[in-house]
Amino acid sequence: MFAAEAAAEVHASTGWFLEHAWLIPIIPAVAFALIIFFGKRMPMKGSEFGVASMFASLVLAVGAAWQWIQRVDGASSVAHSAVEEGAYHSAPFVGPIIREWTWWQSGGVEFGIGQHIDGLALTLLVVVAFISSLVQVYSLEYLRGDRRYTHFFAALTLFSAGMLGMVLAPNMVQLILGWEIMGLCSFLLIGHWWEEEANSRAALKAFFTVRVGDVGLLVGTGILFFSANSWTQENLGVSGFNISGLSAWAMSGAASQSALTWGAVALFVACIGKSGQFPLHTWLPDAMAGPTPVSSLLHSSTMVVAGVFLVGRLYPVFWEGMKIGDTNINFIVLIGGITIVIAALLAFVQHDIKKVLAYSTVSQLGYMMLGLGAGAWIAAIFHIFTHAFFKACLFLAAGSVSHSGSHHSFDMKKDMGGLAKKMPITATTWIISTLALAGVFPLAGFFSKDEIIDNVGHNGYNAFMIVGLSGAFLTAAYMTRATYLTFFGESRGAAAGEHHDNHGAHAVHDDHGAHAVHDDHGAHAVHDDHGAKGPHESPKLITVPLMILAALAVVAGLANATPFGSNWERFKKYVEPSSEYVMVESASASGPGESIVVPAAEEGAKKEGCATVAPDEGMVCYFPTVSHAKFKWSKAALSLVIVALGLVSSWLFCIQYYTRRDRRLVGLTERNTVLRGGYKVLWNKYYLDALYETVIVRAVAYPISRAAYWLNQNVLDGIVNTVGKVARRVAGWVYRNIDQRVVDGAVNGSGAAARGSGGVLRPVQSGKVNQYGALLFAAAAIGALILVIINT
Amino acid sequence: MLGADLLVAQNIGFSIIAVMMIVGALRVVTVNNVVHAALWLVVVLSGAAAQYLLLSAEFVAITQVLVYVGAVMVLFLFGTMLTRARIGAENDLNNKNWKIAIPVSLLMLGVMSWVVIDGFADERLIENPGEMTQVPVLQISDDIFGPYLLPFWALSFVLLIAVIGAIVLARKD
Amino acid sequence: MLTTQFLLLGAVLFCIGIYGVLARKNAVMVLMSIELILNSVNLNLLAFSVRNGSVDGNTFALYIIAIAAAEVGVGLAMVLLIYRNRRTIALDELSEMKG
Repeated sequence: MFAAEAAAEVHASTGWFLEHAWLIPIIPAVAFALIIFFGKRMPMKGSEFGVASMFASLVLAVGAAWQWIQRVDGASSVAHSAVEEGAYHSAPFVGPIIREWTWWQSGGVEFGIGQHIDGLALTLLVVVAFISSLVQVYSLEYLRGDRRYTHFFAALTLFSAGMLGMVLAPNMVQLILGWEIMGLCSFLLIGHWWEEEANSRAALKAFFTVRVGDVGLLVGTGILFFSANSWTQENLGVSGFNISGLSAWAMSGAASQSALTWGAVALFVACIGKSGQFPLHTWLPDAMAGPTPVSSLLHSSTMVVAGVFLVGRLYPVFWEGMKIGDTNINFIVLIGGITIVIAALLAFVQHDIKKVLAYSTVSQLGYMMLGLGAGAWIAAIFHIFTHAFFKACLFLAAGSVSHSGSHHSFDMKKDMGGLAKKMPITATTWIISTLALAGVFPLAGFFSKDEIIDNVGHNGYNAFMIVGLSGAFLTAAYMTRATYLTFFGESRGAAAGEHHDNHGAHAVHDDHGAHAVHDDHGAHAVHDDHGAKGPHESPKLITVPLMILAALAVVAGLANATPFGSNWERFKKYVEPSSEYVMVESASASGPGESIVVPAAEEGAKKEGCATVAPDEGMVCYFPTVSHAKFKWSKAALSLVIVALGLVSSWLFCIQYYTRRDRRLVGLTERNTVLRGGYKVLWNKYYLDALYETVIVRAVAYPISRAAYWLNQNVLDGIVNTVGKVARRVAGWVYRNIDQRVVDGAVNGSGAAARGSGGVLRPVQSGKVNQYGALLFAAAAIGALILVIINT
Repeated sequence: MLGADLLVAQNIGFSIIAVMMIVGALRVVTVNNVVHAALWLVVVLSGAAAQYLLLSAEFVAITQVLVYVGAVMVLFLFGTMLTRARIGAENDLNNKNWKIAIPVSLLMLGVMSWVVIDGFADERLIENPGEMTQVPVLQISDDIFGPYLLPFWALSFVLLIAVIGAIVLARKD
Repeated sequence: MLTTQFLLLGAVLFCIGIYGVLARKNAVMVLMSIELILNSVNLNLLAFSVRNGSVDGNTFALYIIAIAAAEVGVGLAMVLLIYRNRRTIALDELSEMKG
């Protein structure tokens, strides 16, 4: 077999930045504490801590990325000759820089905290630190004068700390910690202007919907820990929480298939919640109630890709658990494919510019999931990278439009139109990003999205390649519609310089309730002349981040430009882990100057990569062998033609419909039954919200909220006032929504069925504690009985 | 089933205490007098302490007597006296749907007995009864302040919050 | 001694406790039934502690005793408060949770 002395050793370089990458999340965490304690007393109200910490993190992340590139280069130059000889099927394995300290321990199980730095982690670190920095700079202007300015920056900085901490997590415990911090900050930031009922409702909805999925994260982590722990302890000396340990376990062939499958499914449920996949995507469009910088940072470019990141991070688990390599349909591609199409269709009926972008984000996240589910790992990760730039840019441009062009409105039909002349910089950056999103050559989106579609087809998922192509058409079309409505055609409402009736109320900063649709934040004192001037270009603090992001939307695709040959595939070279078999000694070693043992050509080395055959004794795999599609212009031409068709047809339609008011088109949805039905379904968002609110919330949350109310009134009486208030708000919200729906006559099948079954079950909910208890214990006993019978 | 090596004395002791505990427990949930129920509970808890001694867990047994039979029972009696003017017997200590509780608890008992008997059959608690030694307190303290330190911290927080909560709830403002 | 005898005793006490929790009306009686349940759990823990030859069961039995004491303290404080507000501690009269 394989002998260690026959191995050529590759000394992979490391460096200060790589060894100290754990500082990257620590800096914003410290800054968060500083903002909370001293922010209000600082000259810039605490924002200086936030901005400075994000730039410091960015510098560290870029430094670490630079040293990682040198590390990979160093390893591959030594191993180059061996690769040339055909000893390996791919580049040598370059180990991640793992450092772990014991955080806490209980009952003999240690919970670590530390860093796991590899190409994937560094990609996300750089993206998150970069977008966070720009968004914080943008917020300096956008939220100027806001009454909770300091708290806004505190939450934004804490979010960055949580996300950075999650991205470099070496184990599932730290990952869950970061994941939950992000969820909390998302809740705080969506509800930043909580005085408006709609905003606090959106914040609660986002929080609860994501929590539904988060149960899956805990369950999945538990399943994997208990199945993997003994194997990882024995072979690698790490606990079953360790991410590289879990990867190696999944690829080892020793793992039980059902544990892998159920663990992967449970984890993917968490990804569905966090990354806004069907059917839990409904929270994401509502989350647009938050300030625009929040939408730009959390709900488009960084936080929502956490689910995609999790799948990418534990890819071996998903690969084996979902049988990605062997099938042509699985849970991940199915969800991803459905999400792409339904979200893209929903984007057509939105009036709110941010909601168009939100559905677009959902749809693009569907692409990433589709890519991961179909084995196009590098393309999906690359899409995270490019999408972050152009989607953040689109959101910031939308914010710029509302800030300076449409008087704090986001309604494209009422308050926008013809803004291209008034706001040239915003319009240019928007259009560049739109084209990048649509996937026009040679902008960023082309290289990533086309790569996903190409590889999905290449790996045998043909049906989903068609889904991806139709998604590309829809994307081009709805983005054109939004562009036309915002920047071209006639000016309407605020964009035409009209003042709202309630403009007087704007002078009073504290008035939030007066205009529900407005992104009002009391910033008017600073530019009081604003109304008089009408739409104008935004100040530099807003346009400079826009221009930087637009420039990246143009060039970011070149980081992995497959059409130009393999020398351009830098992203693949530095980010994709090698699927080489690795000796265990080198796998668990860490620290400076570690060596990576590369199997020698004569013996031990296998021509095939991991996942084709189980690794030999003493060797492990960290990544499955994924095949890459060969780029062909003929295939790319097809998708480019489709995108062009989408752009042109939508453009022509918009001119006919919105400007010339063509009789044949206007009012078509009223005249034609089929179209009207389709429009109604889309307008009601497939009735998913109604389903959740009537069936699930009424059956589950309503009794709970009533119970909390009872406690509040009778027992705790003012002590747990807060809990009671939240519960009451939920109850009220449910009541109003259901009531409204009944009154409006928007009766639908699911709602009626839910009410029917609710009526049947109602006597059971008597409010008597004893009866509840009897039901609980009887159900537990019957459940136990069933388990016992199954197991005997 | 009960062989000579099966510690006859202990088995007889176990049976007597077990019967006493079950009778006591049944009285706790059936008597119509709150104070009597509390006194029957003392019987059950003391019986449990005796069983702990049989299981060679003397430290837990002592704690059981100190905390349960001492402090908790006093709390119960105080609670009874503070909330009830009448100490004597009452007729309606059971609620209206008390009959549902019988099948539910019998069902649970059935399931649990089945599982226990099916799972452990006539397995002996320890192979060699002579090896059964008292658990040293030192070992317990090592356990508490070693691997299970985190639950201990959590426990101290719970106790602190319980103290504060009880004061806040019960004070007259 | 057999493992089953302790486990069965625990099961019997547990089910009596369940019956008490479900059938009793008086809040103090419900708390007493909960004590029965907790004691049955302790019995199981100690039996398994002996069976597995580890002290973990002892440790957790102590934790449970401490938690039970806290629970009784808070529980009785709540009962007192309910009594002050409503002049009764009959649980079935507290039916504001009706949905």
